[in-house]
Amino acid sequence: MTIITTTRRVALGLAAAAAASFATQAHAGGHGIDLAGKTVEWVIPFSETGGSAKWANFYAPLLSEALPGEPTVVVKFMPGAGSTKGANWFQEQSYDDGTLIFGSSGSTQFPYLLGDPRVRYEYNDWNVVLASGTGGVAYLPPDLAGMMNGLDASALQGTDFIYGSQGATRLDLVPLLAWEMLGLQVEPVFGIKGRGDGRLMFERGEANIDYQTSSSYLKGVTPLVEAGTAVPMMSWGALDADGNIVRDPTFPDMPTFKEVCEATPGCETSGEKWDAWKAFFVAGFPAQKMVFLPAGASNDAMVTYKAAFDAIKARDDFAEISAGRLGVYPQMTGDEATGALASATQVPDSAKAFVVGWLQDRYGVSLN
Amino acid sequence: MEFLSVALPALSDAAGLILQPLVLGYLVLGVVMGLAIGVFPGLGGIAGLSLLLPFMFGMDPVLGLALMIGMVAVVPTSDTFASVLMGIPGSSASQATVLDGFPLAKKGEAARALSAAFASSLFGGLVGAAFLTLFILVARPIVLEFRTPELLMITVFGLSMVGILAGRVALKGIVAAGLGMMVGTIGEGDSAGALRMATYDMPYLVDGLKLVIVGLGIFAIPEIVALLRQDRAISEGAVLGGGWAAGLRDWFANKWLSARCSIIGVVVGVIPGLGGSVVDWIAYGHTVQTTKDKSKFGSGEVRGVIGPESSNNAKEGGGLVPTLLFGIPGSGSMAIFIGAIALLGSGNIEVGPSMLKNNLDITYAIVWLLALANVAGTLICIASSGGIARLTTIPFSLLAPFLFMIIAFAAFQSGQNLMDLVALFAIGLLGILMRRFDWSRPAFLIGFVLSNPAETYANQAVQIARSRFRKGFEEGIDYIFSPIVIVLIVITVISVVVGLRQAKTIMAEGAVDSGRKRAPMIFLLAVLAYLVTAFVNASLIPDFAAADRVFPRFVAGVAIVGALVLLVQMMLRPETHALFADREHGTAETNQHGLWATLAWFAGLLVLTALLGFILALAIFLFAFIRFRAGRSWGYAAAYTAAGIGFMCAMAWLLNRDFPPGLLQSYADLPWPLT
Repeated sequence: MTIITTTRRVALGLAAAAAASFATQAHAGGHGIDLAGKTVEWVIPFSETGGSAKWANFYAPLLSEALPGEPTVVVKFMPGAGSTKGANWFQEQSYDDGTLIFGSSGSTQFPYLLGDPRVRYEYNDWNVVLASGTGGVAYLPPDLAGMMNGLDASALQGTDFIYGSQGATRLDLVPLLAWEMLGLQVEPVFGIKGRGDGRLMFERGEANIDYQTSSSYLKGVTPLVEAGTAVPMMSWGALDADGNIVRDPTFPDMPTFKEVCEATPGCETSGEKWDAWKAFFVAGFPAQKMVFLPAGASNDAMVTYKAAFDAIKARDDFAEISAGRLGVYPQMTGDEATGALASATQVPDSAKAFVVGWLQDRYGVSLN
Repeated sequence: MEFLSVALPALSDAAGLILQPLVLGYLVLGVVMGLAIGVFPGLGGIAGLSLLLPFMFGMDPVLGLALMIGMVAVVPTSDTFASVLMGIPGSSASQATVLDGFPLAKKGEAARALSAAFASSLFGGLVGAAFLTLFILVARPIVLEFRTPELLMITVFGLSMVGILAGRVALKGIVAAGLGMMVGTIGEGDSAGALRMATYDMPYLVDGLKLVIVGLGIFAIPEIVALLRQDRAISEGAVLGGGWAAGLRDWFANKWLSARCSIIGVVVGVIPGLGGSVVDWIAYGHTVQTTKDKSKFGSGEVRGVIGPESSNNAKEGGGLVPTLLFGIPGSGSMAIFIGAIALLGSGNIEVGPSMLKNNLDITYAIVWLLALANVAGTLICIASSGGIARLTTIPFSLLAPFLFMIIAFAAFQSGQNLMDLVALFAIGLLGILMRRFDWSRPAFLIGFVLSNPAETYANQAVQIARSRFRKGFEEGIDYIFSPIVIVLIVITVISVVVGLRQAKTIMAEGAVDSGRKRAPMIFLLAVLAYLVTAFVNASLIPDFAAADRVFPRFVAGVAIVGALVLLVQMMLRPETHALFADREHGTAETNQHGLWATLAWFAGLLVLTALLGFILALAIFLFAFIRFRAGRSWGYAAAYTAAGIGFMCAMAWLLNRDFPPGLLQSYADLPWPLT
């Protein structure tokens, strides 16, 4: 028993130390629910090791400070079946006292959109309180990047590309479809465990095309670009207020896929293929990670959580501490978040049908 | 020496960063927490770091690093307690320690085994840190040389250790490894997502079985059940012979073995993607191969403790290379470590390619902290080993329910699912039968651990090689047969040949008498039936998902042939042959209780959990077990139960876990921890 008392004391001591080191204190005012003395559980349907874990661990201490009553916020991991296990579990939960929230990701959205048989959850039942966006960048080795004629990628069409992929039905669907639209012969090598492994494969010279989400690109690929062993090809872009694809604010000097596509003969920025790509890009990136309250959440709870996330965004140091962790992307609350949820989960039937057919023809993936 | 001019100033900067009382205080704090976590089987770096994560945000970077490194570095030191004293692998890194450490404890030499293990751990940890200091500056290009074919060959080399651990009948070891690999393929395939021996109606199987569960099931449960049936203390001698000083002398006498195994640990640790779960087996295999008198392995050879323990601490140093230089975590705990570093300070430390350029002083601070944590952890462990070794003199019927509680907790800590307990019980039953009929459990576990890397790397290497061959024959050959691959092939072939020749003299799990023909035959037929089912199941995978079909079909095919040959041999050979080893026969073990009666206790816990949820079931189980099986008074049983439940709740509260609910919980809304 001595072991445990020691650990507990250690933990409490650390808590005191950590609390003392927090510089700012932000409170959500107005009416709402009081969570004093309670523990908020933030369920992440992935393991402790992924990007969603980093995202939740970034927000959890901030949220604890910002919620009224400063409850303890703990991140709880419920991995399984590519996040559908956790999401199915959350679907069965009902609103109690506002101490349960759920964090979804693009990997939760895609099976939902594609009609995966394991999906028993319904986004429309949930209540979104935060939507975090991100972007992505595709990059090439210098010799292949040099073959591009300005923005025209058609000179790359004769090259055999190898790409380390996590699976065609995951977020990798967006880059794979984009490259195919440019006429590139990209062979995905499946079975890698994370995008970091994909980058390592690129660094080893086994893969000769890769993509990373924005924060991973900034951390892992920018040094390679500086060292001259990688060259950015294009970003996926970002959405403006009218839903148009524009340059990614994190990478303003980088052309978007849309620009490259326009400059490449044979690639069209209209029609069913483009619509499908755009629909899945919108589902996967501009609102990649979202925080939900369970079905039946009270309006008071919604207001409280919105205020808390707004308070976090309003912190003086938010821009500084979030830039490295999340990238320069909108952290949407309220109506903005609701709008983001709608565009992320309502893909036109035609786009869905196209992608389902494409997955079947190209990769033999049957979703039934 | 250009790099010295870069390294030396950074080294002294790093020394300045960490040689401060506050930093050292945090380091010791981390070490103590790491020791406390590591003592419990199944809990390791992931649990410990998750505990620390909430405190990392905004913390001074060096203090936070001291705390985390202190914790990570000593887990492979303290997990030795469980491996040696209970025969339960404390974590995946000390699976091999069980093979000789536990027999030593049974002989009453637990303190000797522990202190030899700790001395080796310390040495390994220091070698790892020293190696890192120099290596980290030149590591990047070397690590990049390890492409998929090289990774595949390292995996195959790891598998070749099955040869030395196969036991008296080599073919049984090979079939056991094949069975382990087939169990490893259960679930969704990595390449095309096809299901193997699973259905979407049982979501639990889709993700495959976890290493924690298979490791605990295959090693811990059979040992617990066996000891429980004998109904005595772990240590056979009444007095603890061979104190901690003897262990230190043992280590010193084998310092070169320790040095070699440390280097094995660092090198395997450096390679991203394999992590720690093979390193102890490779070190054990090496130890056996380089020992003249092999007869004592498996029944308490201290070299068998020194080898793996030297390697598993050194591995932590090596594992930092891919973590720091590439931002690629070598293990689950390293992944959390990366996430935690991002939370430190204002987030200006970025693990990955820029680490050496921008944060060389921090990098070296990490290396120094690693070395210091090893020293602190070892001193604490050696000092306490004599006292803790006394655990082996406690009657086992008092220890067993507690152990079973811990194991169950460790099993469901990731899934929080009743199915975790079912899987643990099922694998445990397999482990019991494998132990009974002298099938190599280490071979099974190696197969399980390496099943996924072997399949993935093989698929990827084939795919990439095919693309290279399209460009030109020479380019393809260069890719597959790089110098490193050729060297690895040669080493592997030597290792297999030498291993199989020597395997007959190594009883990895002690001598076993031969019994009647019937029982071993039935077990073989059951294994064969599973293999055939898995083979047919894999064959049904359609063509478009062929990448998920090849590996299980190939492995099952080889294992089926092996099992058929065994079957023919069994028909031809007399009953006295080693083929028919059966622990239930003869006088190898003096059992006080029947196998099924003992198992029924645990099955009862399982059924009660399904009905009442884990905590209520555990309370009933503990109370009934202590009262009726251990024969203690009502008051004693009540106190034991209260302590056990209290302990479990405290652990769950600290680690923020729920317990698996039962039928009762779906009708009634109960407060935590009963939920």
